[in-house]
Amino acid sequence: MAESTTPTADAAAAPAKAPEPVSHELLVTSSPHFATPESVPRIMHTVWLALLPACAAAVWLFGFDALIVIGLTVLACVGFEALLVRARGRSWSEVRRTALDGSAIITGVLLALNLPAASPWWMLLIGAFVAMGLGKHVFGGLGHNPFNPALVARVFLLISFPTQMLTWSSPVDSFAQSTAERIEQDKAELDGQTYATPLGKLKDALRNRADPAKLAAIRAEVAERYPALDLFLGRTGGSLGETSALALLLGAALLFWRRIITWHIPLTFVATTALVTGIAWAVNPDVYVNPLVHVLGGGLILGAFFMATDMVTSPVTRLGMVIFGAGCGLITAVIRLWGSYPEGVSFAILIMNALVPLIDRYTRGRKFGETRRAAA
Amino acid sequence: MARTFKRGGVHPPEEKQLTERKPIETLPLPKRVVIPMAQCLGAPAEPTVKPKDAVKTGQRIGEPKGFVSTPVHASVSGVVKKVDLFPTAAGARSLCVEIESDGKDEWVEGVDLAGGDVDFAKPDAFLPALTDAGLVGMGGAAFPTHVKLKPPKDVKVDTLILNGAECEPYLTADHRLMVEHAAEIATGLQILAAVLGVERTFVGIEDNKPDAVAAMRKALAGVLGVEVVVCRTRYPQGAEKQLIQSITNREVPPGKLPMHVGCVVQNVGTAFAAFEAVARRKPLVERVLTVSGRAIREPKNLRVRVGTPLGDIVAFCGGTTDGLRKLIFGGPMMGKALRYEDVPVVKSTSGILFFDRQEAATVEEFSCIRCGRCLEACPQGLVPCDLGDLAEHGLYDKLADAMDCVECGSCQYACPARRLLVHLLRLGKSEFRRLQKKG
Repeated sequence: MAESTTPTADAAAAPAKAPEPVSHELLVTSSPHFATPESVPRIMHTVWLALLPACAAAVWLFGFDALIVIGLTVLACVGFEALLVRARGRSWSEVRRTALDGSAIITGVLLALNLPAASPWWMLLIGAFVAMGLGKHVFGGLGHNPFNPALVARVFLLISFPTQMLTWSSPVDSFAQSTAERIEQDKAELDGQTYATPLGKLKDALRNRADPAKLAAIRAEVAERYPALDLFLGRTGGSLGETSALALLLGAALLFWRRIITWHIPLTFVATTALVTGIAWAVNPDVYVNPLVHVLGGGLILGAFFMATDMVTSPVTRLGMVIFGAGCGLITAVIRLWGSYPEGVSFAILIMNALVPLIDRYTRGRKFGETRRAAA
Repeated sequence: MARTFKRGGVHPPEEKQLTERKPIETLPLPKRVVIPMAQCLGAPAEPTVKPKDAVKTGQRIGEPKGFVSTPVHASVSGVVKKVDLFPTAAGARSLCVEIESDGKDEWVEGVDLAGGDVDFAKPDAFLPALTDAGLVGMGGAAFPTHVKLKPPKDVKVDTLILNGAECEPYLTADHRLMVEHAAEIATGLQILAAVLGVERTFVGIEDNKPDAVAAMRKALAGVLGVEVVVCRTRYPQGAEKQLIQSITNREVPPGKLPMHVGCVVQNVGTAFAAFEAVARRKPLVERVLTVSGRAIREPKNLRVRVGTPLGDIVAFCGGTTDGLRKLIFGGPMMGKALRYEDVPVVKSTSGILFFDRQEAATVEEFSCIRCGRCLEACPQGLVPCDLGDLAEHGLYDKLADAMDCVECGSCQYACPARRLLVHLLRLGKSEFRRLQKKG
């Protein structure tokens, strides 16, 4: 710097001398002048890091195909995010900043973990485009989307491409085996049928409730094929990331430790699903299975810990979070037990996402010194 | 167990280690002082001197205008040079009296700088003495002390709380004052209690100042009805409403004052000034403040005359470093960032901070991701992110809740998106007030 910034040695020699005016050098901002080291990118990058155990489990279960699905979806999401920000007329520096803030990576990883291992590449690209476009940027980008972008894309794909979205494979025998080979092998072993997820089997059982003999046969098959330990470790079929409760909970531990999520949403979500399915089981154990299968057998853990807890699309008040979690749990259970889809986590979260502004509005806390919160 | 308020709050780095062990030093008499007439919340004083008038230290140079106003006194002896507009730490230029010191520091008649006796048999003389001395709240808000000490007849005050929390990071002036002048503060506390006629008094100190707690306990040993309360180090422990809750468990309702729940809160610095006003007949012409931050070469706790130009203080503290990026009058949470001008110290200047590049580092603002941390941090139970949105969109009529904001800065401190929430809330408050006035 050419000019002296402040009086230093000079001033000490001549104490009464006024300091040089250097106002252009100084920051003049509104208070406070201190901020937490936490930042939006730090939070976002931590969340996808917390999903890495689930990604690893997916590769362990479904081989290199899983790696390709996850990698391609993440790349596509980040790419579309950048394109869409630019299409909205923002500067290149903002394009770079947004693409690197970590939020598109989360959407990519979550979407991939919600897809079957055998997803075709073009479906991944469509899914990524829907997530970033319809799920996020039509609303104005980060922080403005009412619905979880990954779930918007998943439901879009489920409705548009039900065959591809519902073709599951059982875990591969080795990394060398592709899921296509595995699906052929499943067909050979299962009399020409493709592999079914635990919840898919259960829905099959519920559809056959009029025929007690068939119902009992399917129930017996479920109990034999999906022991609780396999459900917990993830050695069952399903979308990439939903199967291993263990890997998901490991990642969730990081989020709890970093105080990015609290117990309010995941616990009430899981507990409500368990409670409702548990009541159904207690009332009619011949038709309904025990709640443990519901907690571990589908996408509940992934949804409750990683998707319902998305900050942007969940309530900000503690009470609101509890209501939100309970609502998600209730809708999930109702769809699984009485709806036509075997799984209800995605729909439940999306429906509750829509209610978030209302929940936030009616659950604001008491102000300091207020005896009762005035009607909203 | 340290007591604390029930909701919200944050714990920023304390940064008090820079000055907390440094004894108070007295700044050499400045060659000139610039004394603003507006030094309290309320009406500014009216200057009673004109250029070329000779004044003595402690002589009244500004008369209060109305009840919510305080007199202003010369802080050095010498000759009035100018009565004019000068730049001040309040931001705008305001009316000041500039005095050139004669270096003799001759005090007005009646001041007994060595005095220490207080006649508690005559408490009626206390309030006039405090009013004449121009006392204001020295924690930063500068509310006229005599107004707080004279609650309306229908309000019953039963508790006096002395605020020694000093929850702002960096600041250690109150801390040092309690350690070095506990006896004077204790007497000041008794003077204030006598004026209010209360029998229950507390001193609230954060638990990061054990030596201040010990000193105050020692000074107050044997005094009836006084309790030194250790409060948790949690910002904003020293905010009036929060400190009242920490100590008495009472909550001041929205829009009401502490006196409505029977409490009056005074800063420890104010208690010290009350002691000096009564025992020494000494008006408020100097105060203790903290000069700190990593861009000042020698951080210090300083006793400084009101009106001392910033340049004198900088020079006495070894000058600033080349890394200076931000100058703050007050603490880092609620203080005011200023351009580098030679503004004077006023009665409510609790600290002057010089931040280097790292301390003043700013990070880009992001969109709100609705993480809810501002709700957790808000001690007033507000929803800062929503209020910020409303202000951003100009929906000022919906900002009634913002009026409860005390601008403590906890929400913005906790915000990972670095939104300028306090700025938005200030804007919202002033626009809401304007709409109310219009009807």
